[in-house]
Amino acid sequence: MLELLWEPLQYSFMQRSLIVAVLVGMICAVVGSYLMVRRLAMLGDAISHALLPGLAIAFALGVNLYIGAFIAGVLSTVVIAWIQTRSPIKEDAAMGIVLSSFFALGITLITIIQRDNKIDLNHFLFGNILGVSSGEVRDTAIITIVVLATVVLLYKELLFYSFDPLGAQAAGLPVNLLNFGQMILIALTVVASMKSVGVVLVLAMLITPGAIAYLLVPRLHQVMLLGALLGMVSSVAGLYLSYYYNIPSGPAIVLVISGLFFLTLLFSPRYGVLKRSLSMPLPLWRDLQAWLRR
Amino acid sequence: MFQANPNHSSSVLSGDRSIEVQHLTVMYQDVQALRNLTVTIAAGQLVGIFGPNGAGKSTLVKAMLGLIPAATGTVTYGDRPLAEQRQRVAYVPQRSQIDWTFPATVWDVVMMGRVRKTGFLRPFSGVSRRLAVNALERVGMAEYGDRRIGDLSGGQQQRVFLARSLAQDADIFCFDEPFVGVDQTTEQILFSIFRELASQGKTVMVVNHDLGESITHFDHLILLNRELIAAGDRRSVLQPQHMTRAYGGHVRFFEPQAA
Repeated sequence: MLELLWEPLQYSFMQRSLIVAVLVGMICAVVGSYLMVRRLAMLGDAISHALLPGLAIAFALGVNLYIGAFIAGVLSTVVIAWIQTRSPIKEDAAMGIVLSSFFALGITLITIIQRDNKIDLNHFLFGNILGVSSGEVRDTAIITIVVLATVVLLYKELLFYSFDPLGAQAAGLPVNLLNFGQMILIALTVVASMKSVGVVLVLAMLITPGAIAYLLVPRLHQVMLLGALLGMVSSVAGLYLSYYYNIPSGPAIVLVISGLFFLTLLFSPRYGVLKRSLSMPLPLWRDLQAWLRR
Repeated sequence: MFQANPNHSSSVLSGDRSIEVQHLTVMYQDVQALRNLTVTIAAGQLVGIFGPNGAGKSTLVKAMLGLIPAATGTVTYGDRPLAEQRQRVAYVPQRSQIDWTFPATVWDVVMMGRVRKTGFLRPFSGVSRRLAVNALERVGMAEYGDRRIGDLSGGQQQRVFLARSLAQDADIFCFDEPFVGVDQTTEQILFSIFRELASQGKTVMVVNHDLGESITHFDHLILLNRELIAAGDRRSVLQPQHMTRAYGGHVRFFEPQAA
């Protein structure tokens, strides 16, 4: 059994993948906790899809792909905010429009570039963690340090703002800056996740670890810590699945974390659907009965 | 801007300052939410902001604090715009504005009151912790520090927010509909602390809609319906002609006995 875990690590590509898996699993969970508590899951999805055109343009210009993707990600949040302030279009509709238009542009550009270059669209869409370069490991490490340092240093301000934006604004906190800071954190995190989970499925890594932790612990920093642990474990598990079964790393990682989520939903001591006391029937059974009686 | 208030220039104590609202107009898209409102809110009094639904009560408070933009008008406190002095403000939003399933404990929420005073990149001080403990004791919630905010009753949640505002150590307190969905005990605690704050010379504004007996707790009333209907001491505002103008027809309200 241990042999199965150690054996692949003799390859340097596997060591690089492992480092990226751990780092990405960690920061996705931490930053994603903000998205979950602020009910901005859709925004995470929008930013991640919006990275693609930046990626393509950066590739065509020969600059660092991460920088191009980051600029496109931040630009998408600016466009979403602009649509909202300039028109009566609601937030979710604005996100939907920006997500799909950026994504379409990205796929078009990459397809054009793909014809005479060695770049594989699928790797960005669904992740290719076994193919990370040492430069990408370095960039991921830098992003991880920046993200974690920001979350730690601004923890109390971001907590107040996330919980009660009006109260925080009334107390004199610079709420626009804090909001923009959160957007930057999300964009950085999604950029770092491109290679491991890919832009289509990164939402799962942002939301699900925090959601599992939320079912188990009561405070935001605990949600972040436990979520980070779960994110790291599932990233590494997905990496091995990807290695042994030759499947894209994104779906492998996401299947592991999603499996953990449904197990927690069933067995969580506080919210578990299968939680039962001796005097009460199974909640699941009760729900079923209520449904049958409708 | 000139102030006709003689207390203002002579006073050093923040507690003696008043909030001057001049010609405030607030627009939502093309609709006037508040029209040309001029009123003075004195410190040291318990001020109630009343009016029917949609009268612009919450809008007035938010516009005064600069949380929403004003189309015209100024709001000053002392000699500067109030919006530039938000470190003096403690604001408790309506219950419906808060996500009560948020992963935070009572202690987390009360400590939010110390975030601004603590400043960026600094941990909470021992003084801040003591202020938070005192605030929780004053509202009778000292034993609930480790509880999830979502596990409390509506009244207890409101008391935690009151404790947060006390921990802010502010000069101006604004409460938006604090009595909605709270029990008798909480209502008594809220009024006794509002009274205490006012007697310390703080400015205390409470948005409310209950015209029953509880209205006698307020010294000063501001009656709104998209514009100022009346402002002043309770007895002068609670006149049938004002109430008819505000509520558009006959309305029952607690009339002070001629004692």
